[in-house]
Amino acid sequence: MAEEKKLKLSNTVLPSESMKVVAESMGIAQIQEETCQLLTDEVSYRIKEIAQDALKFMHMGKRQKLTTSDIDYALKLKNVEPLYGFHAQEFIPFRFASGGGRELYFYEEKEVDLSDIINTPLPRVPLDVCLKAHWLSIEGCQPAIPENPPPAPKEQQKAEATEPLKSAKPGQEEDGPLKSKGQGAAPADGKGKEKKAPPLLEGGPFRLKPRSIHELSVEQQLYYKEITEACVGSCEAKRAEALQSIATDPGLYQMLPRFSTFISEGVRVNVVQNNLALLIYLMRMVKALMDNPTLYLEKYVHELIPAVMTCIVSRQLCLRPDVDNHWALRDFAARLVAQICKHFSTTTNNIQSRITKTFTKSWVDEKTPWTTRYGSIAGLAELGHDVIKTLILPRLQQEGERIRSVLDGPVLSNIDRIGADHVQSLLLKHCAPVLAKLRPPPDNQDAYRAEFGSLGPLLCSHVVKARAQAALQAQQVNRTTLTITQPRPTLTLSQAPQPGPRTPGLLKVPGSIALPVQTLVSARAAAPPQPSPPPTKFIVMSSSSSASSTQQVLSLSTSAPGSGSTTTSPVTTTVPSVQPIVKLVSTATAAPPSTAPSGPGSVQKYIVVSLPPTGDGKGGPPTSHPSPVPPQSSAPSPLGGSALCGGKQEAGDSPPPAPGTPKANGSQPPGSGSPQPAP
Amino acid sequence: MAALAEEQTEVAVKIEADGPPTLLPPQAGDGAGEGGGGTTNNGPNGGGGNAAAASSAGGDGGTPKPSVAVSAVAPAGAAPVPAAAPEAGAPHDRQTLLAVLQFLRQSNLREAEEALRREARLLEEAAAGSGAPGEADGAGAEAASALLSRVAASAPGPAAPDPPGTGASGAAAVSGSATCPAAPGKVGSVAVEDQPDVSAVLSAYNQQGDPTMYEEYYSGLKHFIECSLDCHRAELSQLFYPLFVHMYLELVYNQHENEAKSFFEKFHGDQECYYQDDLRVLSSLTKKEHMKGNETMLDFRTSKFVLRISRDSYQLLKRHLQEKQNNQIWNIVQEHLYIDIFDGMPRSKQQIDAMVGSLAGEAKREANKSKVFFGLLKEPEIEVPLDDEDEEGENEEGKPKKKKPKKDSIGSKSKKQDPNAPPQNRIPLPELKDSDKLDKIMNMKETTKRVRLGPDCLPSICFYTFLNAYQGLTAVDVTDDSSLIAGGFADSTVRVWSVTPKKLRSVKQAADLSLIDKESDDVLERIMDEKTASELKILYGHSGPVYGASFSPDRNYLLSSSEDGTVRLWSLQTFTCLVGYKGHNYPVWDTQFSPYGYYFVSGGHDRVARLWATDHYQPLRIFAGHLADVNCTRFHPNSNYVATGSADRTVRLWDVLNGNCVRIFTGHKGPIHSLTFSPNGRFLATGATDGRVLLWDIGHGLMVGELKGHTDTVCSLRFSRDGEILASGSMDNTVRLWDAVKAFEDLETDDFTTATGHINLPENSQELLLGTYMTKSTPVVHLHFTRRNLVLAAGAYSPQ
Repeated sequence: MAEEKKLKLSNTVLPSESMKVVAESMGIAQIQEETCQLLTDEVSYRIKEIAQDALKFMHMGKRQKLTTSDIDYALKLKNVEPLYGFHAQEFIPFRFASGGGRELYFYEEKEVDLSDIINTPLPRVPLDVCLKAHWLSIEGCQPAIPENPPPAPKEQQKAEATEPLKSAKPGQEEDGPLKSKGQGAAPADGKGKEKKAPPLLEGGPFRLKPRSIHELSVEQQLYYKEITEACVGSCEAKRAEALQSIATDPGLYQMLPRFSTFISEGVRVNVVQNNLALLIYLMRMVKALMDNPTLYLEKYVHELIPAVMTCIVSRQLCLRPDVDNHWALRDFAARLVAQICKHFSTTTNNIQSRITKTFTKSWVDEKTPWTTRYGSIAGLAELGHDVIKTLILPRLQQEGERIRSVLDGPVLSNIDRIGADHVQSLLLKHCAPVLAKLRPPPDNQDAYRAEFGSLGPLLCSHVVKARAQAALQAQQVNRTTLTITQPRPTLTLSQAPQPGPRTPGLLKVPGSIALPVQTLVSARAAAPPQPSPPPTKFIVMSSSSSASSTQQVLSLSTSAPGSGSTTTSPVTTTVPSVQPIVKLVSTATAAPPSTAPSGPGSVQKYIVVSLPPTGDGKGGPPTSHPSPVPPQSSAPSPLGGSALCGGKQEAGDSPPPAPGTPKANGSQPPGSGSPQPAP
Repeated sequence: MAALAEEQTEVAVKIEADGPPTLLPPQAGDGAGEGGGGTTNNGPNGGGGNAAAASSAGGDGGTPKPSVAVSAVAPAGAAPVPAAAPEAGAPHDRQTLLAVLQFLRQSNLREAEEALRREARLLEEAAAGSGAPGEADGAGAEAASALLSRVAASAPGPAAPDPPGTGASGAAAVSGSATCPAAPGKVGSVAVEDQPDVSAVLSAYNQQGDPTMYEEYYSGLKHFIECSLDCHRAELSQLFYPLFVHMYLELVYNQHENEAKSFFEKFHGDQECYYQDDLRVLSSLTKKEHMKGNETMLDFRTSKFVLRISRDSYQLLKRHLQEKQNNQIWNIVQEHLYIDIFDGMPRSKQQIDAMVGSLAGEAKREANKSKVFFGLLKEPEIEVPLDDEDEEGENEEGKPKKKKPKKDSIGSKSKKQDPNAPPQNRIPLPELKDSDKLDKIMNMKETTKRVRLGPDCLPSICFYTFLNAYQGLTAVDVTDDSSLIAGGFADSTVRVWSVTPKKLRSVKQAADLSLIDKESDDVLERIMDEKTASELKILYGHSGPVYGASFSPDRNYLLSSSEDGTVRLWSLQTFTCLVGYKGHNYPVWDTQFSPYGYYFVSGGHDRVARLWATDHYQPLRIFAGHLADVNCTRFHPNSNYVATGSADRTVRLWDVLNGNCVRIFTGHKGPIHSLTFSPNGRFLATGATDGRVLLWDIGHGLMVGELKGHTDTVCSLRFSRDGEILASGSMDNTVRLWDAVKAFEDLETDDFTTATGHINLPENSQELLLGTYMTKSTPVVHLHFTRRNLVLAAGAYSPQ
């Protein structure tokens, strides 16, 4: 403990300019630099003193966060009147602005109309404190109930997966949390644990990891049985409950291998049997598993991806391809794959690039049937705007020809026709928003025809529609810009911030739900369509001496350096990643407080603040997608158990994916259309 | 002098003895030299520091010391006069009295002065026989005037930033003592007068060398220490921190701002990481003006930093400094450090690291030498209606024979007088009431059903989660029989829940009560108002967050302490507030009932712990000596001692009888937030913000164990009923169980260790850890073992 002597004490002081600003606001002009300096030192010292006292109240209040009331109490200790009007909110939205070498944190003070407050209905009374008892431990064992944390936190599952030798057997209560704690604990503490944690290593250098037997308790077996039966059973209400349980229950990790096998085997069997309903149920299980925040899925991605891919690109998924809506399943599975890519793709496993390759290959192949073709395109399109731009747009012309030949040509088969029709609408749906962003506004039918061939005219009209919708959206949003709240600071720029018209309910992106995305859309915003580096922030300050002007925006520029001339982008963007907010600050100068806010002598500052790009902002109207839940056949007969059994028989002719490597079907010949040998 | 001191004690008794004779009779102290701590009422903040200064003088009775002790009185007004009484052993009471008189005169508190003088004269007349000169009043006061300038001077800075408002509130306490109604307002003016005299506190820093040489001095010493032999290096390295602090303060005081800054920049990285909090305070202190009123600075200034160094190392250092003619450092060593030299082998780095970390260095060896009666009191013999017991036994078990011997063994254990126990009547304890006896019988019955815990038989933990508390839960307590839970909240409320099917009912209104037949057998049942029955009762009365809560052992009362500076006593019969105990003026962090009831202790931001009796609105004892907030207070199971944990990173044990500090435990590296005594009274466990739990042997005054594992503040500690298991709850959302039996077995309590205080701690935390139980983002605020050894834990769920 004593060895580590790393102290980082910085003697931060307030900048003397802030003293000037404060003085100005008090009506004192021309304060001397020396005075400022003295004041700065004093004020900084006092603030620190108060902060240190406030910490005391935080500790005694048994909290981890400092609140405004702590500071009030600290002030009270010093016999200073507390600051009124700051309530102990969970999160005080301090805003940051910088520009021109200056940085500023400020607390947004809105002018509130009293009548608004009076007229709004009273908020709900918060719940009263209540006491709830549960067993944290029963004779030394922690029961796995929802009141307790998941028996193995995600980090531990990960540790087990990545460093199998170090990890303790699951179920050993003491070692598990300890180890995960050890990483956060002081290094001195770590030593003791290292010694104890891997007793396996002591036996000899060559001892391998003992085969761990994942025994499920009787309760777990029962649970597994119930859940799987409900998931593929006929009762929709039960299924919803089961899926909810999979998506939220914390203690599932021990059953994860079984779930994974259940899904992959189930898909195998049911693809062969063309049981569309069951495939949909299985995909919903995948979705639920992915939604569970306590599961570490990385270990099972190699089993899940082939299953999901099968549901996207398989040649036939249902018994009556002309009637059944297998397209919805493909759409849903495509979204799942996109989500998988987003969560699990890394530079080492290259899931995304491998999946992209698979899709492209099967699409490029001339002989691919329309169903597979649809799946490949859907899968690509869900991967984001970049993928659409680079992979789909260049092939539009070619694909358009194919579609035309089927639609306009002699009627060969009804199935082909339906397929071509679906592919066309799919292409239009996905390409229009991208094109709307890429191309400057005048949408000329001929230009489109020239570029995209037979699809051109349709595309053109769709683009126009997309633009109109975006503009409408922007207008609506502009009216509500008052309610801007701070985006969560945890938000990071994701790899593909594409505003694809996803159904928010289906693709749950952590953090994006709480985000008031819609308010971030503005007509004036110039948004680079490609992921842009964090935009620069500007403070534009103007001293408007002109008598009459009330608002004068000097400059509004949100060009992100490096992203090129994106400012040329038209008004019709749906999701600008940058939202300028103009804040008007008027402060009185040396003159006595002027009566009119815009009177001569008052200084007006326009602070243009741009919010950080909202990584996965989803703009656009929440287009309602067809629910992927359509139970087509009313009586899905094969239950989970039989599906599994069947799977084992049928699995003979297809080599199972090599365990350990997240195989993304890249090696499968695209011609076959699906990783499963088609029947 | 001693005789006079005795007489003064009497004065004090007279002043304070308005109440019933159950008061503790203050006795002459045993001269442990720590008396200073017990006496001084102190100013809001700095008083404690001053008292420590007095005590650091080792009771030599030198003239300046008393003045310092008195000085603490100044800012808070005259309230301390009675409070000063318990301290009998200190030799400087006369000066104290003189100084107080002088102070009263200066403050135009005529009546108070008169009253005090009357008392004093009375005393002196009585004391005339013992030959005490009767010059106490006029002449003495004159003589003391010079001394008084010191008094005012050392009236610590805390007074300075306190505008009259605080002064007045201090004065309110004064008028509470019923001697000086004219007090309010004037005290404030005194506080203002104090300000310029802060310089006197700092005067020692006046002598200055060349500011540019400081860095050289320091690095010279650093070089010397680093090049010395390994065995000396660890010991001498202890010098770095205090020297660094004092040199920095000296530079700041002499207004060499830039030099100070660069000095700090250059060397602060060398300091041990556990001093970081103090360094942070220091780093913000860059101007002489800031030094006024900075508590940490005053702590350094007014108390000597204690180092324990072997004679050899000390000689080495002395020789080096003399050779180099390094007067600057030598002065600091002389003036601001107290070097406790011992003979024998220098200590190892580990040994030193285990003990250092407190704000003012280690405890002096003498500080932990006095005898502590850590044994348990003899349990009063209760006539257990045996047939009743047997019946009970038959009803439940059908084999009463097995029970009988068991009961006997329990009885015989308590019959034998513990050799380490204090005399039964060392402090007066309340008489047992019939209801208490019934409760004891219940307790014994439960005891027989108690689960024997051990490493193979871990207790079950029942967790009470406070939902929707919005981070507002600040204190929890559970009654001994585990039937009630009280929560203190940041919204100033105290809520009491019944966790048994029995609902909480209050007593009927007076009018209804008069209708009841008082002779009936079930009168106790009849007085309760069924209409008020509910699971939860909310007690309103505080005006700030409630930081401490404690049930009385008989479950009739509840104490709560709050940010508003009061401790309130609530009746659990009527669910109303009975008394508001004022005295702390500043936030009261913790309070606890004595295990025998009647007494309670409270500790707060004003750096003192106070002992109260429920029927006195003024404290009976004031335990002053901590250099920072008293965060937690606990009674020893025999009620004769009080342990306090403080933000100065020390734990102190106080004797309730005479107010002396009998143990100072150093070794924690962060503010202490939890304390608990082992059921047998021998050991103390303490938990701090550094996440470690330290175990102490009270009798020997030694650290005996260190439990590492928690990663955040340890908020709650509790031994199982038989002491086999220690449970700790922390802000890191875990409950951990430790093997206490193993931790305390084969202790190193040989003579050498005891004499020197050098300890070798085994690194066995991992072996002792029996279980870790994560909660779902719920900090564990309170732990409790039921009588059958089931763990109850409590905390508020705080969604992330």
